[in-house]
Amino acid sequence: MYQNQTVIGLTDASKQPDLTQCIWPADALNTIPDWVYTSRALYDAEMDKIFRGDTWNFVALEAEIPNAGDYKRSYVGSTPVVVSRTEDGSIAVFENRCAHRGAEFCRSHRGNAKEFVCPYHQWSYDLKGNLQGVPFKRGVNKLGGMPKDFKNSDYGARQLRVTTRHGVVFASYSDKVEALEDYLTPEILEEFDTTFSGKPLKIHGYYRNELPCNWKMYHENLKDPYHATLLHSFLVVFGLLVAGNKSLMFADAKHGRHGIMASAKSEDKYAKVSDENKKEMRSFHEGLRLQDERFLEFIKEFNSPWSVTMMTIWPNLIVQREMNTLGVRHIIPNGPDSLIMEWTMFGYADDTPEMERHRLRQGNLMGPAGFLGLEDNEAMKFVQEGVRRSSESVNNILLDPGTIGTSSTLISEAAIRAMYVYYRQVMGLKVQGEAA
Amino acid sequence: MTKTYAHRPCRVDSQRAAQLRQDIVAFHTEYCSVLDRGDLEQWPLFFTEDALYRITGRENAELDLPVGLVYCEGRAMMHDRAVAIARTQMFAPRYNLHMIGQVRVEAENPDGILAQTPFLLIQTLVEGASTVHLAGCYHDRFVEVDGQLLLAERHVIHDTNILANDLVYPT
Repeated sequence: MYQNQTVIGLTDASKQPDLTQCIWPADALNTIPDWVYTSRALYDAEMDKIFRGDTWNFVALEAEIPNAGDYKRSYVGSTPVVVSRTEDGSIAVFENRCAHRGAEFCRSHRGNAKEFVCPYHQWSYDLKGNLQGVPFKRGVNKLGGMPKDFKNSDYGARQLRVTTRHGVVFASYSDKVEALEDYLTPEILEEFDTTFSGKPLKIHGYYRNELPCNWKMYHENLKDPYHATLLHSFLVVFGLLVAGNKSLMFADAKHGRHGIMASAKSEDKYAKVSDENKKEMRSFHEGLRLQDERFLEFIKEFNSPWSVTMMTIWPNLIVQREMNTLGVRHIIPNGPDSLIMEWTMFGYADDTPEMERHRLRQGNLMGPAGFLGLEDNEAMKFVQEGVRRSSESVNNILLDPGTIGTSSTLISEAAIRAMYVYYRQVMGLKVQGEAA
Repeated sequence: MTKTYAHRPCRVDSQRAAQLRQDIVAFHTEYCSVLDRGDLEQWPLFFTEDALYRITGRENAELDLPVGLVYCEGRAMMHDRAVAIARTQMFAPRYNLHMIGQVRVEAENPDGILAQTPFLLIQTLVEGASTVHLAGCYHDRFVEVDGQLLLAERHVIHDTNILANDLVYPT
């Protein structure tokens, strides 16, 4: 069921304050007000201040558009863009909107083109988004047509700044955002380069789903290591992640906006869970064993202490390195109550056929039907439904008190805390009782 | 469509095709009954020991990309998925209802019977409408084992481009 098919559970008016009413509770580090997830006014401000602000937004992998003329339909925030490979090999990103009447002219997910033609009045754009041709520009029989001073160069599709690193393409509306390498910060960059070392990628395919929840919840979920061993009994039962495993919840030291949830799998296939921890974990199932254990195998292929990393790159990218199943997730916000997730699963061009099949088998963990993915989606949907129509109005993030940012324990909400410190600053949100 | 899933003319004589259609309809009826009643651990029994079961979007099929929302190599992996969903996974309760379209028999080869059948999966959540959750087509290869049809390969190719939240059960 999609968000717009909701029958019971529309948002209460009290959960849709305008911006002047968006004042964080006084205990700001330990609370998240519900309107963060439900206010349309705040959502609109996020599109402006975050996605069209000083950020680098993921738009594509270069392996999707290897040849001149290859293009992909993509998004920056909720804004549709086209990502294309131009004749000179560079990559251009421009808004998918005809300058004439605003039609979203590129309609396919991907393809190859020499130019883009708006189907409505056949205005044509080159692979960089420059306006090339306007039919009947000089009218017919000297009647009609464009004004004499009309210049094509004034009416191109809006073009964005583009940067790439090791095959990953980012775009920005900002002319003052720092270089991507600085934007990411050193530790995030190091983990980024572990998955994207420059080795050519091979695309394995795509998933798309709507999550009926606010886009920030997806970041929070991957900055919330507490849920991993509780919600995902599958992880626990099969020893992929157990409270007590070597793990790290990292938040970038500069802003706390990017994060890495990392863990190292124990050598044994199945976890040993102490009696004490077992009591805390209602979802633990003793003695469950797989008939086919191949998909739990971890083939060490990276120079990294972690077998699993889930990296959140602000504002719209998740890089998944779950043992040997690799993917990127592109968050497309879709109003306060919805996001569209585009998953691109990949391996490396030099994978053996057996390694490729191993990655595909392990892919059963992730995605909209994945053993971990589907539980996250369900949980976040429950949260959005809960915050839309309750009389209570605040979420509590109390674990690991006093810590903001990186934490060495899984039983912590310190990374979520850091994200919202940054968020309040970017959004210019006031805290109750603090001087403006 | 790539060659793998492109339309190819029927290569089975009409009398034999009619017989096979009847057998495959009977197969689908039992298969969907098991899934729609939530008797998940029976589901792998419709497959051969080394069968391939994959659910993937039509976009992937058209680009010949191998990924699966669900990608099971062999009945043991299907069994593991069935057990995981039935016993360990957390999700809101739901009903599934499969509507099966006309069975099309394409060919009968030494390695099995190729057939395609369109389907709709209708999902009903506790507080929700009954919605078309997945629209797609089964691309099947059946083999006969001890006088009974079993799936050696099922590619569930769905037209539905953006899934509503998730897909819990096999389809």
